[in-house]
Amino acid sequence: MSQAGATGEAGSGLTAAWQPLAGLRIWLTMLTICIEERLVYRGDFILGTLMRFLPIVTQIFLWTAVFAATSRPDIAGYSRNDIVAYYLLTMVTRAFSSMPGLSSGIARSIRDGSVKKYLVQPVDYVSFLLAARVAHKLVYYLIAIFPFGLVFFLCRSYFPPLPDAATILAFLASLLMSFLLGFFMEAALGMLGFWFLEVSSLMFAYMLVQYLLSGHMFPLDMLAGIPTGIAGVSLAEVVRWLPFHYTAYFPAAVWLGKIHGPERTAALFAEAAWVIVMIVVCRLAWWRGTRRWSAFGG
Amino acid sequence: MSRYLSIFGTFARACLVRDMTFRANFVLECVTSLGWMAMNLAFYLLVFQFTPEIGAGTGWSKAPFFAFVATGMIINAIVQTLFMPSAEELTELVRTGGLDAVLVRPLDAQFLLSMHRVDFSSLANGLVGLGLLGWSLARLDQPPPPVAWAIYPVLILCGVAILYSLIIMLAAATILMGRNQSLYDFWFYITNFSRYPAEIYAGPWGGPLRAACTFVIPILLVVNVPARVIAQPLTGQSWWPVAGTIGAALASLVISRLVFQSALAKYRSASS
Repeated sequence: MSQAGATGEAGSGLTAAWQPLAGLRIWLTMLTICIEERLVYRGDFILGTLMRFLPIVTQIFLWTAVFAATSRPDIAGYSRNDIVAYYLLTMVTRAFSSMPGLSSGIARSIRDGSVKKYLVQPVDYVSFLLAARVAHKLVYYLIAIFPFGLVFFLCRSYFPPLPDAATILAFLASLLMSFLLGFFMEAALGMLGFWFLEVSSLMFAYMLVQYLLSGHMFPLDMLAGIPTGIAGVSLAEVVRWLPFHYTAYFPAAVWLGKIHGPERTAALFAEAAWVIVMIVVCRLAWWRGTRRWSAFGG
Repeated sequence: MSRYLSIFGTFARACLVRDMTFRANFVLECVTSLGWMAMNLAFYLLVFQFTPEIGAGTGWSKAPFFAFVATGMIINAIVQTLFMPSAEELTELVRTGGLDAVLVRPLDAQFLLSMHRVDFSSLANGLVGLGLLGWSLARLDQPPPPVAWAIYPVLILCGVAILYSLIIMLAAATILMGRNQSLYDFWFYITNFSRYPAEIYAGPWGGPLRAACTFVIPILLVVNVPARVIAQPLTGQSWWPVAGTIGAALASLVISRLVFQSALAKYRSASS
């Protein structure tokens, strides 16, 4: 049996990337293929979308019970209605920033060698994954808009009045950046597969940290009273220095008016900076990883 | 029966040998599993920073509530150790036609599909759950009476049986539909309802939800009834839920078995 060896060279992908129209055409083709692929299991997809609302239901009942047992009008500045609205808004945010299967898929393709086709074809792997993810999200929004619309209509009384245009624009910008941040963080994580054979435990650890520090579990303002040992610095402030809260807490807090004015502008710039940092980290990981990776097989 | 116990012992031994071959990975799995649990416990501690109990007048103050959480941890650890690793493989077996190889073996297909893999790292959560249970019970105003200690293990087994039946029903759906990753998500989402005391499901939406999760899919009986028996005073009214849970566990096992057999009868191989 003959054995052919392939050492990572991503150069061929660059040819298309430097020709704008050809690059765009390839990217659109990849997007179309991925949309068609996503629509194959439509029933499974619709069911999965509806199911995602179930954990929120328990959270709503839990916090309603908490408010029923306490005489406080609010918790960390959130009324009961604010908390319900917050959880619903984090659903929207997570619909943008969550990337199920991305890092594990990258690590698997590195481990089983299937990543080699992206090294010999004029297709950039990260761009392909981004196109696949955009396609996944587009199909998801296309289907999810109905259950999301229904749930938000039924729960409209929990929301404050519609915010001003600047807040809505800031919310949309934070959502788009949360998508990019989520994608490049997970892609960079998956590329650890170039250095470690098995990264599933690392991914699980990342998922834990992400779930806790993103604000998916509770509004991060609730950590304001918890000291860190550093004078005048609460746990909530430490969490806000990290990128994770942009993937759930931040857009929801912007819509609810918990973050506004110059603080909101500064946070948006910080989010943009984190996106750039993660793009660079992801590209560097790919560049370094493909140069040390090798595959053997017939 | 002894033949099946012996075969299960062989499966368990093989899984343990494999786990011990990759000891570092096993330890890491235990640690990450405990990390997930610690995160949830931290969340509950945070909630009790703002309230004396979960729901006004429900009796689920801090110590009883953590006994509730510990009960859930013990039940889930048993299910995750014994059944979930096998169930997670079923979707791929059906999709690739690997189920054929299972069906031609001279063993009960349900046994083979639901119990051939044992995940010992999940036991770590159960051990911590036992510790948390001891911590919580030591802080109760009234210690549980001897009769509560006697019924509690039985109700834990009933909770495990109800969850096992749910897994088998979803396995049957997998066989019928060919691919149903969402239905496995459904397992996680539906068991999410059992994570909190049933009393939180109140009001015009909560009432019907509580009824559905008690009488249609008896998921609210899984943790609530054993936890209530061990953490709250036993009264005359406590016996109805106890009897109901034992009945629901037996009925769930029988119904899931029938549904699974019916699904297998309709199975069409995916292999060439």
